[in-house]
Amino acid sequence: MTDVTELGVAAIREGVAKGDFSAREVAEAFNANVAAAQDALNAFIVATPEKALEAADKVDADRAAGKALGKMAGVPIGMKDLFATQGVQTTAASHILEGFKPEYESTVSRKLWEAGAGMLGKLNLDQFAMGSSNETSYFGNVISPWRKQGSNAALAPGGSSGGSSAAVSARLAPAATGTDTGGSIRQPAAFTGISGIKPTYGRCSRWGIVAFASSLDQAGPMARDVRDCAIMLEAMAGFDPKDATSLDLPVPEWETGLDSNLRGKKVGIPREYRMDGMDAEVAKSWDQGIAWLKDAGAEIVDISLPHTKYALPTYYIIAPAEASSNLARYDGVRYGLRDLPDGAGLQDMYAATRAAGFGDEVKRRILIGTYVLSAGFYDAYYTQAQKVRTLISHDFKNAFTECDVILAPTTPTASFPLGDKLDDPLAMYLNDVFSVPASLAGLPAMSVPAGLNSEGLPLGLQLIGKAFDEQGVLNAGLAIEQRAGFVATPDKWW
Amino acid sequence: MSVDKATVAKIASLARLRMSDEELDRMVPEFNNILAWVEQLGEVDVTGIEPMTAVIPNSLRLRDDVVDADPLTGGGKRDAVLANAPAAEHGFFGVPKVIE
Repeated sequence: MTDVTELGVAAIREGVAKGDFSAREVAEAFNANVAAAQDALNAFIVATPEKALEAADKVDADRAAGKALGKMAGVPIGMKDLFATQGVQTTAASHILEGFKPEYESTVSRKLWEAGAGMLGKLNLDQFAMGSSNETSYFGNVISPWRKQGSNAALAPGGSSGGSSAAVSARLAPAATGTDTGGSIRQPAAFTGISGIKPTYGRCSRWGIVAFASSLDQAGPMARDVRDCAIMLEAMAGFDPKDATSLDLPVPEWETGLDSNLRGKKVGIPREYRMDGMDAEVAKSWDQGIAWLKDAGAEIVDISLPHTKYALPTYYIIAPAEASSNLARYDGVRYGLRDLPDGAGLQDMYAATRAAGFGDEVKRRILIGTYVLSAGFYDAYYTQAQKVRTLISHDFKNAFTECDVILAPTTPTASFPLGDKLDDPLAMYLNDVFSVPASLAGLPAMSVPAGLNSEGLPLGLQLIGKAFDEQGVLNAGLAIEQRAGFVATPDKWW
Repeated sequence: MSVDKATVAKIASLARLRMSDEELDRMVPEFNNILAWVEQLGEVDVTGIEPMTAVIPNSLRLRDDVVDADPLTGGGKRDAVLANAPAAEHGFFGVPKVIE
């Protein structure tokens, strides 16, 4: 029998529907991979093998009864531990939420279960999704399954969805949920040789997702290929009255609409992304991507996004500002950790609880956010950043009068060793230089694997589309996927 | 602009984060590095530019004015709301005595 853990979403769904194997067999196989890799990779905070089996048994029973099966029927997935899951610990990888068991289910996870998916467990991440290397989790680093040729040094799986990227690339799950605030789906996908898409802001409900920066946070799928991403995004997206910024639009049939023929399409190449001192292999892979899209029939056009260099500093004002406000809710009163020193009053309890419950990076961002929102500095920092954000959004609008989709690298480098950038927050922030602009503009963007660098590490290419045009992004991603022929997987050392 | 230790201590107090002297000493240079870096935004000409309020145009909705429009968020969920509280008492959130 085929090793089902080598299959992706579409193949598993099809195999289960045809009866080549049962959903239970699939769940058992992935449960075994999850358990075997936990000590080495630390991709999961909590494994839920019983949940995966329960969902699989329901799919098998439905199939036996001749009932219609959902879009994700029989596919076990990993759930980033930022999504509230009823009765299953939800921590955002923080100490302050350790032991928190939501009384409700997030909209996105509920929709996935309704579509027939099952939960393998809750995936590790950077604490409150703040980080680019998965080194800020209270529950320990996630280790990338990838290694440089000839080295055993532990590498970053990317962040913040580092448990998701590690799990999918190590074949612990055929797919996983991610969330993307400034690149947290795309950067880890690029680091681990998988695909991931952040849809237009508002496509996926934020209800039940632990909030980081609400004007930027978007959920999306991470999977082995573009088709699997399309299938899973269809299951995740949709209007939700419980999220005030949810888009009240029908969910397109992205899977059916997949078409890698780009004749008549224009692909924009933003000249500002070709930065001084750019990694030569990243530049080469970008050139290769241009050639592939040309081969797919697209016309390549030079475009300008003049405010690109201001995107990161804008992000590092807006995201901490929103985070400082969102994270005010962790007060030791309603849920999570409480630290009540002897004789302490209410204010002391708040300060002690938050000091004990948040990690360093979270504290750093809360402080920055509090500062830029404080009286006297608000206009100079926050209002100025929101104005520059408008300009960045205008840049994209102007560019999309000349092209249909934009091609750029996903990250400035391939993955780096854990610990490399830990002492330098600014160097860590620069990881998101290519992914943040699309986040600030709310645009759909995806990363697809392009190849390996000379050290044997994956590099990703990024496609950025017009608002609501996930299809254009997926189609261009598919054109690259078909030409890149990326089949490399990490050697199994765990 | 650069901030001193007293300013960072004030911000930490506003954010309800207890920080030791040592933590403050460590945070001040990091804080200043980040501030110095974001201050490049000051050079952008934003004359006549509105600050971004909604990244995707979307009008805010009002739900129907009926009880329990969505049973999940409608009400009557006291025990569920208190289920994760560190010190729930008599159907309320318990907190230390507040006497000022």
